[in-house]
Amino acid sequence: MRFTIWGCRGSLPTPGPSTVRYGGNTSCLEVLLENGTVLVLDAGTGIRPLGVELLERGVRNIHILLTHLHLDHLEGLRYFAPLFDERAKLEIWGPRSPLFSLRQRIVRSFSPPLFPIDVRRVPAQVGFHDVPRHPWTIDGAVLSAELVAHPGPTLGFRVESGTSSVAYLPDHEPALGGPIAHRSRDWVSGSSLAEDADVLLHDAQFSEGEYDERIGWGHSSVGDAVAFARSSGARRLLLFHHDPSHSDDVLEQMQAQARDIATGEDEAPALAREGMVVDV
Amino acid sequence: METPRHKHLVLILAREFASNLATPTLIVDDEGRLVFFNEAAEEIVERTFAETGELPLDEWVTPFAPRSLESEPLPFERLPSGIALYERRPAHERFRITSVDGVERDVAVTAFPLFAHADEFVGIVIIFWRE
Repeated sequence: MRFTIWGCRGSLPTPGPSTVRYGGNTSCLEVLLENGTVLVLDAGTGIRPLGVELLERGVRNIHILLTHLHLDHLEGLRYFAPLFDERAKLEIWGPRSPLFSLRQRIVRSFSPPLFPIDVRRVPAQVGFHDVPRHPWTIDGAVLSAELVAHPGPTLGFRVESGTSSVAYLPDHEPALGGPIAHRSRDWVSGSSLAEDADVLLHDAQFSEGEYDERIGWGHSSVGDAVAFARSSGARRLLLFHHDPSHSDDVLEQMQAQARDIATGEDEAPALAREGMVVDV
Repeated sequence: METPRHKHLVLILAREFASNLATPTLIVDDEGRLVFFNEAAEEIVERTFAETGELPLDEWVTPFAPRSLESEPLPFERLPSGIALYERRPAHERFRITSVDGVERDVAVTAFPLFAHADEFVGIVIIFWRE
């Protein structure tokens, strides 16, 4: 399978001259399976250009998997071009909630005063699904979703196709359960999703100093991202969910810090970058 | 292809919560397996969690020989932990146990179920109160 990063910024879109190398769009990952099926992980602002391209490519059946409904993971959905194409069929998957259905929760962002068009007027066929509690299959790929440590119901995903696997945990604070290196793998939030994954895209929003001031905000430091990758046995770590206040230069300093911490690992951690294409 | 599962997030957070409490606290999963007890509970279990590791239901309940304050044996189902596990509701009770060192102790115990969702029971928390 192949994945393309359409957005890897956290919290808020951050366009401008200081973010051109790693991008300013918020979370969105396209996973293209070998049979042509497209899975879209999260609907941050990166999903807008992806939608335009999918229509150009003639892709009409699309699965969108939402880790959670914080705005930076949802705000692009309203501008996703296939929604406004009556030939398109979208299946939207997301976390369970004890009170409201996924549709009810998403519709809030499709309603005045936040948005002028009601979701009922969208021409595409749209289905809403709570993720199953056990792995499930979409067109030959096996997907797993688990609740992970982040405020509100939040999922991490694992996609397996053939012998390849990608784990996606863009918003995750595993250190909230205690120091990662001191715990067995089964006591680390999200670890089964990332276990021995070929590629792990993981939250690394903060430097160590920033994290100390933001414990409980739901995000990881660079050091915790490396520790989580090491604990879970993931082979390649991509640092994801870049803080809006971090310029490209700051991100590269954080990457250097991650590589120092990860000394001895087979593959050095790298920054996720908008436009990055990875074959797994 | 089934992904091996880590502990449910609710249990992970419950463990971290318990590990920061000075009150003896046990964490049990949905099958009755003792998956964690904190440092304060070592006084009751008489061992550290590092020594015992996880214990199946019969191995952690039986040694306590729980009985009423009138010394009548109490089946697990009538204990707060049994009520929380099998009936999935909170319970509180005073009763008598024998610690691993043979010392009899009167204890007050609160147990309550953990639901990740209304229909997703993931375990219980058991708290021992000193009276």
